[in-house]
Amino acid sequence: MPVEFDQDPKIQSYAHPERLVTTEWLEAHLGDPGLVVAESDEDVLLYETGHIPGAVKIDWHLDLNDPLTRDYVDAQGFAALMSARGITPDTTIVFYGDQNNWWAAYALWVTSLFGHADVRLLDGGRKKWVNEGRPMTTDVPSPAPADYPVTDRDDSVIRAYREQVLAHIGNGKLVDVRSPGEFSGELLHMPEYPQEGALRGGHIPTAANVPWRRAANEDDGTFLPVDDLRAIYEGEIGLDKGDDVIAYCRIGERSSHTWFVLYHLLGFDQVRNYDGSWVEWGNAVRVPIEK
Amino acid sequence: MRDKLHEIVEEFADTPKELRLPLLLDFANSLPPLPERLLEDRDGMEPVEECQAPLFLAVDVAPDEVRLYFDAPPEAPTSRGFAAVLHEGLDGATPEEVLATPNDFYLSMGLEELVTPLRMRGMAGMLARVKRRVAAGIEA
Repeated sequence: MPVEFDQDPKIQSYAHPERLVTTEWLEAHLGDPGLVVAESDEDVLLYETGHIPGAVKIDWHLDLNDPLTRDYVDAQGFAALMSARGITPDTTIVFYGDQNNWWAAYALWVTSLFGHADVRLLDGGRKKWVNEGRPMTTDVPSPAPADYPVTDRDDSVIRAYREQVLAHIGNGKLVDVRSPGEFSGELLHMPEYPQEGALRGGHIPTAANVPWRRAANEDDGTFLPVDDLRAIYEGEIGLDKGDDVIAYCRIGERSSHTWFVLYHLLGFDQVRNYDGSWVEWGNAVRVPIEK
Repeated sequence: MRDKLHEIVEEFADTPKELRLPLLLDFANSLPPLPERLLEDRDGMEPVEECQAPLFLAVDVAPDEVRLYFDAPPEAPTSRGFAAVLHEGLDGATPEEVLATPNDFYLSMGLEELVTPLRMRGMAGMLARVKRRVAAGIEA
């Protein structure tokens, strides 16, 4: 039984209002049976400095990646993670985090690969919650291990691999959500400083560039109103709800945010995240780039 | 490696794994605030782009002493923690001591598996920039 949806008018204006909640809604529902709040941050220590009461920590790198296979955790690993966080398949998970929810969107996307049904984002993420003076704590919950079945990961619907992206050039839409400097291939680092890990700068041929952050309000990190999102993705770069779209960035984290916008907020039918992104594409043998 | 920095590296390495992140958080909380003159002139500080979160540094180089200043917001505790390690380990060192710091000194802290190599790049970036400033300061 999912926790009731947020009836806020702005939330209800999106294509899939069941995927987003307001800070107000979350504060009112903290402690509801069947609800688990999960924080996913860029900064690995941020949760420890304070978090939403009862929230568990899911770290994108430490919990969701398998260090040996250069892939996400497998079905057993995911089931173990969910179980340890007190999550069952019926649990409503609300993700939130720093940096306009970029890692929270990524955790939500990975969780979706395993078919977890009820996943939602906190509109505005951690910053909005903190700025509104809502409760925070450093108490770390210790949930009782929950039953979570081993469910196969399905990479076929919302994840794209390199070969699929290659075949997509000229046949589908590509959105590069990195900054304009990364898109153009201009070098952003100085000599002798650590490199970003790609040998070539530029973008995948035919990709349109919409930096991911444009989908969020600058002041509070909430998503733009639905009409503004349409103006950007449908108006400016001509995407259509029926298009087959692949989004990418550097390692697939920022593009999870755009994936969430296109798939859940605008209701596009086919949107995949290419998590190999520029770190793979910029280094790969026999794949074309554009500058 | 300068003794003070070496002691910090050992302290991390000797700390049980589950207490290393809390230790880094203690360091983050101990980072001293910027002196007045830098507070008013943050534009003069150098951004460290290798850090995922915003971090700025300034370096004063005298013939016998290097002073380090770091600034990172509370919502970037990992960057603050790295900065505090460098600050506590190298502030007040001689330019030669700073330049002699191994670029990979932090690999012995046992943080890679907890913080991830990607995030550790921030530490490498900070040290590289500090050393570059010190080298330039000596020449000037």
